[in-house]
Amino acid sequence: MLKVRVIPCLDVKDGRVVKGVQFVDLRDAGDPVESAIAYDAAGADELCFLDITASHENRGTLMDVVSRTAEACFMPLTVGGGVRTIEDIRNLLLAGADKVSIMTAAVNDRDFVRRAAEKFGTQCIVVAVDAKKVSESGAPDRWEIFTHGGRKPTGIDAVQYAQEVTALGAGEILLTSMDRDGTKIGYDIALTRAIADAVSIPVIASGGVGSLDHMVEGIRDGHASAVLAASIFHFGEHTIREAKEKLRANGLPVRID
Amino acid sequence: MSVAIIDYGSGNLHSAHKAFERATSESGIGGDIIVTSDPELVRTADRIVLPGVGAYADCRRGLDAVPGMVEAMTEAVQDKGRPFLGICVGMQLLADRGLEHLTTPGLGWIGGDVVEIVPDDRSLKIPHMGWNTLDQGQEHALLAGIPTGADGWHAYFVHSFHLRPSTPDTVVATTNYGGKITALVAKGTVAGTQFHPEKSQKLGLALIANFLRWRP
Repeated sequence: MLKVRVIPCLDVKDGRVVKGVQFVDLRDAGDPVESAIAYDAAGADELCFLDITASHENRGTLMDVVSRTAEACFMPLTVGGGVRTIEDIRNLLLAGADKVSIMTAAVNDRDFVRRAAEKFGTQCIVVAVDAKKVSESGAPDRWEIFTHGGRKPTGIDAVQYAQEVTALGAGEILLTSMDRDGTKIGYDIALTRAIADAVSIPVIASGGVGSLDHMVEGIRDGHASAVLAASIFHFGEHTIREAKEKLRANGLPVRID
Repeated sequence: MSVAIIDYGSGNLHSAHKAFERATSESGIGGDIIVTSDPELVRTADRIVLPGVGAYADCRRGLDAVPGMVEAMTEAVQDKGRPFLGICVGMQLLADRGLEHLTTPGLGWIGGDVVEIVPDDRSLKIPHMGWNTLDQGQEHALLAGIPTGADGWHAYFVHSFHLRPSTPDTVVATTNYGGKITALVAKGTVAGTQFHPEKSQKLGLALIANFLRWRP
């Protein structure tokens, strides 16, 4: 039986982890590769690097991080952040990423998703959907795509957009509620379910995890195929193992090898 | 021992390379792992690995675009009986035909077609993406020491098509995703995994070590 995936996400800036792993003693908590190895050992199902490097000149450091991670961890690695061109995707895949997450470039040019999927295959193209609720209270739920870390509205309907990128060849959707991101009050379940039920490809729930129950809700009620979390794991509040035990106790299939 | 991982412009060669290196050192087997597009090195290697990701037709085109590669592979496998492992689309290429979008001829080493996954439960997501267990249909050296079945170890899959063999005797293991999905095939010195051993942590490293020890 296919298992539900638990995916820790590390923010990487200029080749260093922002808010690095603190649940084990690392020689260098800022080294993404050491954090990746720790999560590999802890039983993470996949790993996600989100590059938040501001300047394009420092992209080289990311490639080095991806390459060193792929040498040390034999688990799937998704890399996102600042992916603009087919060449960016190629470089990340060659460095050792298994999947590449694209966001703004897909919003600006939907055809980019098609070209990327045609070139590299659906299986490695993840489209990041950053959505915020825009409907008035009492009105039917509606979410829009926001770019620039949730600051810039686009007027694009999130559910429709998710269906569109699926048809263009996306292999997976990384869905982040910009309302919930960083709040620790749980995923936006209505949003997660609206998207997961509207598309045929797997959806990763992200944004707002504060407890293990939130992860259960993301899968059970939000119909996500995977849950992504950052601080809840990095600071040792919970281990990957605890998250999986919790999911399992709620009747959800997990991998504990 | 020399292991040639074929570079034909497809596949996560870096990961495969490193996973094979890790498996050779951890298992104590030792050997040289080379990533190559040189048919001569493939012809003379002790073990051959064909990775592959993306669309079937693209992979076939990429393989054909390396002059002499298919001939070198065929010679190594059919004349010299060298162990050969296809991974993901590299495994699918062993079939007679790929039916992804258009019909593309495969290598024809394992009888059957590569067809779309159609789960019984239509709410199941495609691609089949993530960790799944293996159901072993027959004994095989590649699965030696690897627990299979519902409580067994997990392999990492990511695919929308799978190999439907024309005869069941080539199927070593399947996985369940709204029906049986072919996970591991073998015939003579040729084997293929739909999942990614290089991404499957301990199951993957154990399978790679088994492949290096395999004397079909």
